[in-house]
Amino acid sequence: MLEVDHLTVRHGYLQALTEISLTVAPGETLAIIGANGAGKSTLLRSIIGLHQPRAGSIRLEGRDITGLPPHTRVREGIALVPEGRRLFPSLSVEENLLVGQASGRPGGYGLDVVYHLFSWMADRRREPTVHLSGGEQQALAIGRALMANPKVLLLDELSLGLAPTMVRRIYGVLPELVAKGMAVLLVEQDVTQALRIANRFQCLLEGRTTLEGKPADATTAKIEAAYFGLAGRSGPGSAA
Amino acid sequence: MNWANAIVQGILLGGLYALFACGLSLLFGVVRVVNLAHGDFAVLAAYLALVVITTTHVPPLLTFIIVAPLFAVFGYGVQRLIIQKSLEVSPLTTLLVTFGLSVVIQNLLLVAASADSHSFDLGSLISASMRVTPELSIGYVPLLIFVTAVVVLSGLQLFLSRTAMGRAIRASADDQEASSIAGVDTRHVFGIAAAIAFATVALAGLALGSSSSFDPSAGPARLIFAFEAVIIGGVGSLWGTLAGGVILGVAQAVGAQIDPSGGVLAGHLVFLAVLALRPQGLIRARLAT
Repeated sequence: MLEVDHLTVRHGYLQALTEISLTVAPGETLAIIGANGAGKSTLLRSIIGLHQPRAGSIRLEGRDITGLPPHTRVREGIALVPEGRRLFPSLSVEENLLVGQASGRPGGYGLDVVYHLFSWMADRRREPTVHLSGGEQQALAIGRALMANPKVLLLDELSLGLAPTMVRRIYGVLPELVAKGMAVLLVEQDVTQALRIANRFQCLLEGRTTLEGKPADATTAKIEAAYFGLAGRSGPGSAA
Repeated sequence: MNWANAIVQGILLGGLYALFACGLSLLFGVVRVVNLAHGDFAVLAAYLALVVITTTHVPPLLTFIIVAPLFAVFGYGVQRLIIQKSLEVSPLTTLLVTFGLSVVIQNLLLVAASADSHSFDLGSLISASMRVTPELSIGYVPLLIFVTAVVVLSGLQLFLSRTAMGRAIRASADDQEASSIAGVDTRHVFGIAAAIAFATVALAGLALGSSSSFDPSAGPARLIFAFEAVIIGGVGSLWGTLAGGVILGVAQAVGAQIDPSGGVLAGHLVFLAVLALRPQGLIRARLAT
């Protein structure tokens, strides 16, 4: 469904990503783990179109979308829940959700489905977003992304600043989405959480893939080595 | 002239200032561009109306039917082709670019229409008024301008709070990047905001030509009053803009009542007092909330 092929992204002189490749299939959850500055957020931002790559390509269901602006990619079926939620403070809860429909992409997600997914939301739809708790804001950011009816959902650091019970509740909605065939690509600093939810994972270090595989096959030692770069730089390893 | 009369005339004058300020406020609030050519665009609209009046013999007050839509299209083009490009270079570039536009418009008008001042020929309407008390009469033209300002601001408020495009405009004003990843074509949205701003500039230009005379260099002074109205009222608040225009108008009228040459100065002093004591403006608000 989503294929990223040898993607290289620079911020000025800094090479943020070096030849990153990945694929996510429908109904699959791929977790990108890695330390601060590993390039995880840059990867998601490049996939939605906020950074233009130096080299490499991004394809959605075989169509090359590398040069498209963000709003066109949303119409093609990619949605991002950005780091820090990025809600619209002068809009109400419901208005935030409705902006998510701006691309006009048809599909099964509407206000009623999101309100069903997050039961507290309907009663508070007229409130400004500043009245919401961190977890509620995160849920609203997910709801806004779902309103675009994405085929591929990108999640950037959902757990940031949230209590562990809240993190589990937020991630609790994912299985329902994946069951309907949505592909999920998530970036997470909380490795335990990421490995619990994902089918596959990929570990980044300084913009390169250092380890990839299935959570069940990866030992803590291997992940630690890939995460902190203790195993040297002899190219991507394999957990299997 | 008595005090009540000065205040009433000041309020009506405030309508003209609010009409000028509303496009400036919208463009700054949404696109984050300080349009230094704002007053010159209004003067350009007034000249365009003169052309329309002489060629089609449309009554001056009805020229808005032609001039406002033309200016909306023009505004969309200016935003997409000139302002957006400079915005992507840096915010400071937009200051230089709009300042350049101001100089270009003034000189083009000077070449095309000479430095003579003009005003619309409204016939007997220009001096027609209703007598409220023996001391106080209200001119129909200033009243019409004030009502227009209130209608335009209310309409804009409704548009921003009730429509999908209005929602997209507010979202893009809050956070352009977040808006684009939610699927909003922010450049188009900015174009629409500029189109609306330019349509209101056209109305302000027509109000200017209906209530006083104008010449190619009349724009910058109008820009200053519009700025003052926006700052007094609070940036990004449409009702604040109306309040700001009215306060400025009343300050000028009352100042002129105290000393015939002190009107503009009194307006500036009130503006400076607000800037010093309440820099966020009287009404602290985001667009349309």
